[in-house]
Amino acid sequence: MKTTATQTASAADLGRLADRALFIRLETLRLTRIAGAGHYSGTFSAAELLAALYYHQLRIDPARPDWPDRDRFVLSKGHAAIGLYPVLADLGYFDPADLDSYTRLGSPFGDHPDMRKIAGIDFSSGSLGHGLSVGLGMALGGRIQRRDFRVYVMVGDGELAEGQIWEAAMAASHFGLGSLVCIVDRNQLCIDGPTEEVMSVEPLDERFAAFGWEVQRIDGHDLAAILGAFAQLGPPGPGRPQVIIADTVKGKGVSRMELDVNWHVGNLGPDDYEAVRAELIAGAAR
Amino acid sequence: MSADAGQPDAAQHDLFRGVSETKDQAGTVKGIAVKSVPAFVAGEELADLADSDPRIVAMTADLASASRLADFAKRHPARFFDMGIAEKNMITAAAGLAATGHIPFVGTFASFAALLCFEQIRTDCAYPGMPVRILAHHAGMSMGYYGTSHHALEDLAAMRAVAALTVACAADANQLRAMLRASVELPGAVYLRLGRGRDPEVYSAVPEGFEFGQAVRLREGSDATIITTGSQLHPSLAAAELLAAGGCEVRVVDMHTVKPLDVPAVLAAASETGAVVTVEEHSIIGGLGSAVAEVLADHRLAVPFRRHGIEDEYVLIGPPAALYAHYRLDAPGIASVVRETCATPAP
Repeated sequence: MKTTATQTASAADLGRLADRALFIRLETLRLTRIAGAGHYSGTFSAAELLAALYYHQLRIDPARPDWPDRDRFVLSKGHAAIGLYPVLADLGYFDPADLDSYTRLGSPFGDHPDMRKIAGIDFSSGSLGHGLSVGLGMALGGRIQRRDFRVYVMVGDGELAEGQIWEAAMAASHFGLGSLVCIVDRNQLCIDGPTEEVMSVEPLDERFAAFGWEVQRIDGHDLAAILGAFAQLGPPGPGRPQVIIADTVKGKGVSRMELDVNWHVGNLGPDDYEAVRAELIAGAAR
Repeated sequence: MSADAGQPDAAQHDLFRGVSETKDQAGTVKGIAVKSVPAFVAGEELADLADSDPRIVAMTADLASASRLADFAKRHPARFFDMGIAEKNMITAAAGLAATGHIPFVGTFASFAALLCFEQIRTDCAYPGMPVRILAHHAGMSMGYYGTSHHALEDLAAMRAVAALTVACAADANQLRAMLRASVELPGAVYLRLGRGRDPEVYSAVPEGFEFGQAVRLREGSDATIITTGSQLHPSLAAAELLAAGGCEVRVVDMHTVKPLDVPAVLAAASETGAVVTVEEHSIIGGLGSAVAEVLADHRLAVPFRRHGIEDEYVLIGPPAALYAHYRLDAPGIASVVRETCATPAP
């Protein structure tokens, strides 16, 4: 079930996506400073995945956020919204200057995304365990309407302890929803510690396979591998739902945060802010 | 009196089968006209609506027979989903369907809808304004001796606290049809509280001009007002007749929509009849009675007032009709509560 990265993108494409992943991390730093605290590490683990989705994979049109045939993206791990907002702004869904209001009184941009306040957010999220059911319903809607869009749902690994995830997983294969794609940001940690110590989720590939899903497992920071997994997705339509388990590192890119539970939510002081920013830029240049 | 008084035990055995399969040639079952069973018309009515509205879909959690949403499934199989015994997934998936432009009507027992799935209704349906219509059937203690796990005597309290959610109770089949029709174009999510499909007829035809939030005066009277909703409308009207025989003329208000509450109807009841009794198949905490009490207090209307329903307790095991009689939620019981309230001097 391990997917080998296929040559689906040029080096220039991969470089562009890597640059966008850096952009996501730097914006997460900046916005967290506005809020005073934020979910750095669970966003850093998903940076390459978000970049690959929004700058390569999703069939979207920022000029038409309600386009019925667009691919949907549900960020079930809504606490990574701080990394998604800058992407939507960058793509033109709204003015990037709007982000300066992040989390301030009356802002559209909270810690968790709100579909009624932000163009480009396909569904509100925040309470873990709901997103795969949302995606399931969207995929059913696509089937009824005979549309060929895909629905991508990004879940965290900690939220896989929520029973509703497995209700949705069961239903997705029962209804044969090949258009539903679940991406697991397998960043190894939940709030209280490693998932395997708090509530073990492995063997994840076997569990999804047992629920009737097509399973790929990749390095979630390897952009070529991510694009390779996307390329191997079956066509949207009747078929087995598809999961990409992306092995990632919570806090990826910042040495002090990587796999450290203390950085699930945090705030960097001024000196540390510059040091972390420099580390991210230097890391991306390597 | 509830319709199945006299044979309450038999009435519960066919809960999951639907009565029409055993109806006799006259179209009645155990003395109950098939046309007067609310939950049983939902599937048919929705199927009619769906004939001309491709947005409408229906879902159940393994209760297609009990709710008669099976009638919808037969006519619109591609737009019907039995989600199995997974109510939370069903409610959230309905929200996802709504996000793609559909209007999902989602049925399950009220206890599971409102209590098990409170967060899915609040966070995934009401908050993002998804037009999901929850058909919360077998509400109150209508499941009788199935017991507290299957009773919903707290659902109105829970649902009433959710912003941007319409909460309404159907009294009979015709009113349910009106509600289903009116709900199609209503913005936001809706919680429709239904009985178990045996409620006797109150409205002899589908009421015209039905509007959520607009209470209906079904009986005039100047001595007191009964404000009631859903399953208690029929026995409240019968109680009014009992009271009239004793010289007490009672107004009866069908407050079918508990939220948004028809505030002018409450104020008029207090100022014009001088006493108010709320009657509901629900805890006296948080439901219709609380909603009316809030209005009276906010407007400093110190009239004789009583919240009649289930006290802060779990009810006994028993057949529905016996429970209604025991808790004074049948016509004689309601009449006695009204007499007590009117006879109580102001403090």
